[in-house]
Amino acid sequence: MAEANIAAAGAAPLPARERPPANIVGPVAWARTNLFSTWWSTAITLVLLYLILRAGWGFISWGLIHAVWTVPQGANGPDTSSCRAAIGIGACWAAIGEKYRFMLFGFYPFSQQWRPAIVVLLFVGLFLISANRRFWRKELALIWIVTMIVIGVLMWGGILGLPHVAQDQWGGLPITLILATFGLALAFPLSVFVALGRRSTKLPAVKMLCVAYVELIRGVPLISLLFMASVMFPLFLPEGMDIDKLLRAQVAIILFAGAYLAEVVRAGLQALPKGQGEAADALGLSYWKKTFLIILPQALRLVIPPLVNTFIGFFKDTSLVLIIGIFDLLKSGITAIADPNWQGFGNEMYVTLAIIYFVFCFAMSKYSRGLERELDRARRR
Amino acid sequence: MTERGFTRSAHRAVGAKIFGGLLAGLLAVVGFGGSAHAQGSGSATLDAVKARGQLVCGVSGDVAGFSLPDSKGVMQGIDAEVCRAVAAAVLGDPSKVKFVPLTTQNRFTALQSGEIDLLSRETTWTLGRQASLGFLFAPTYFYDGTGFLVKKSLGVSDVKQLDGATICVQPGTSTELAIADYFRANNLKFTPIEIENLQQIQQAFLSGRCDAYSTDSSALAGFRYTQGDKASDFVLLPTIISKEPLAPAVRKGDDKWFDIVQWVLFAMMTAEELGVSQSNVDTFATSTVPDVRRLLGADGDLGKALGLDNKWAYNVVKQVGNMGDVWNRAIAPLGVPRGINAPWTKGGLEYAPPMR
Repeated sequence: MAEANIAAAGAAPLPARERPPANIVGPVAWARTNLFSTWWSTAITLVLLYLILRAGWGFISWGLIHAVWTVPQGANGPDTSSCRAAIGIGACWAAIGEKYRFMLFGFYPFSQQWRPAIVVLLFVGLFLISANRRFWRKELALIWIVTMIVIGVLMWGGILGLPHVAQDQWGGLPITLILATFGLALAFPLSVFVALGRRSTKLPAVKMLCVAYVELIRGVPLISLLFMASVMFPLFLPEGMDIDKLLRAQVAIILFAGAYLAEVVRAGLQALPKGQGEAADALGLSYWKKTFLIILPQALRLVIPPLVNTFIGFFKDTSLVLIIGIFDLLKSGITAIADPNWQGFGNEMYVTLAIIYFVFCFAMSKYSRGLERELDRARRR
Repeated sequence: MTERGFTRSAHRAVGAKIFGGLLAGLLAVVGFGGSAHAQGSGSATLDAVKARGQLVCGVSGDVAGFSLPDSKGVMQGIDAEVCRAVAAAVLGDPSKVKFVPLTTQNRFTALQSGEIDLLSRETTWTLGRQASLGFLFAPTYFYDGTGFLVKKSLGVSDVKQLDGATICVQPGTSTELAIADYFRANNLKFTPIEIENLQQIQQAFLSGRCDAYSTDSSALAGFRYTQGDKASDFVLLPTIISKEPLAPAVRKGDDKWFDIVQWVLFAMMTAEELGVSQSNVDTFATSTVPDVRRLLGADGDLGKALGLDNKWAYNVVKQVGNMGDVWNRAIAPLGVPRGINAPWTKGGLEYAPPMR
């Protein structure tokens, strides 16, 4: 700006109207070059702007201005007539206010729901700590073990004066977090070994096994695997003995995620120049040292985007357990609005569920971008 | 730097693995316990339920009026009440029920594999299910069937007046077949409007795209109920054109257990017939009517014959209620008329054999 002024002052006297060139920098210039450069793009911009404002206004009007936030409590439960009158005009957030505890915690005994609430906070805290690279040392494993034990104690109870709650009464967000966290935390190491096994040249039997595992699991949909675990598997067990449904679903998810992650990890292994392994060999490193010190750190760094992509996908795929009657977050939400008093307020529930899923998935994707940038620093230098 | 990246994942995995082991161990401990083969009653299921101190009951968990958790996560509905009644008879406490939510796909396996003791999941009693799946069905506690909902302004009071009407129906359902069969048999014509999505089909009916909306009558009643103040604008036609008798099911091969489930329901029907309800059961303590005395365990050994306490039926009526109490609590709020589900003394189909 200063230069422009000097230039203007130094040049021949110009009409006093002369101003700094707003059409080169600044938001107006940006809009002019990107949105209004030709009459054609101006037209498109205006049409899209109209549509966006219209939709945005519609949502605000529905979700905020005309929304019903509370309903009076009658003798036979809540009186939802004010919500019913607002259908199509305003959202009924009173439905969420009434049902959020069932949505979040399912069948967990009502008076004990502070326990799963703490568990959710513990999970979030664990994710935050694990995400911070300052905490990436041996003590982190200890933190995980301790947190898992605390979570187990809180969820099951039975000791420390907490009433026992069987895992078939668990539901809602804790189930989603448990399935996703264990699913991915256990599937990831499994996938690394499967990927290594699949690239092994000296162990043909192991290689065959790994190929068979990956291809078999990838060849069937997750739903059919969950059905197998839920419907067929119990028939093979002696009568009276049953392995918990949640555990069966958890194992199915681990196996499924493992196969997909293995292929992602294998892609990283293949992308790594051969010279790295050969150099490690030349230094006389053993196979395991070579793999864990040289190959994997570089290979895994290469595949952070597809890894996180798979993680996010699986976080959402855990909602498929609803077809075998496990009440995860989605199923609990859907069930909550089957209540005849609150039927017809599905949109509000789905919006709420979408926000919860989005928070978790967006945090994962945001974190992965940061991690990628940070780990990539060495290469950019 | 990157090396530590891997170590972190490894740490994560170690922690998770140890917990996984813990999980598996605990689950194994919790999971067993169904296979008790104690001597005594001659019914493996009854012994298992008593040893466990809990009845494991399969329900749907997502159908209003049948089994649906309320805002506090407590299962409500007629299916759930049947489970509670059996628990009250067997264990003397209706709260000792573990509800297992099942889908239409895994409900039969859950019963076959012994995961549940009793299936009370709005399941239709059919020959195929009894003969080839190996189940026994206890008495019908709900006679459902395909029904029709019309707008009051249409002025229709019987299905036969729907000649030439447009009817909203979900494609590929048994409802669609039932309507086609019924209209053909009665030499009537209709135009189906087939819409897959439930919300859309209801919207189509409300907006007047079709004259009538057809599906299971209990679902229609529930839908009508959700219309709030506008519910009186709609009429549920009294004619039901297909048979869907809903009954609880148990595995074949444990006849004593079947007896118990069957007679718990019969006891609830008998109690209603005799006028013994949850609120007045204690006033019958000094009753001299032989049927009432036998039902409540004052005379005879009906409970012992089933392998239960003689107070079994008293417990059921006192803690859960008779059939009418259950109906009023679970189904009546949906606006479903009692109709053929009334006791036979009031012109319905509910008929229990004599309890003596």
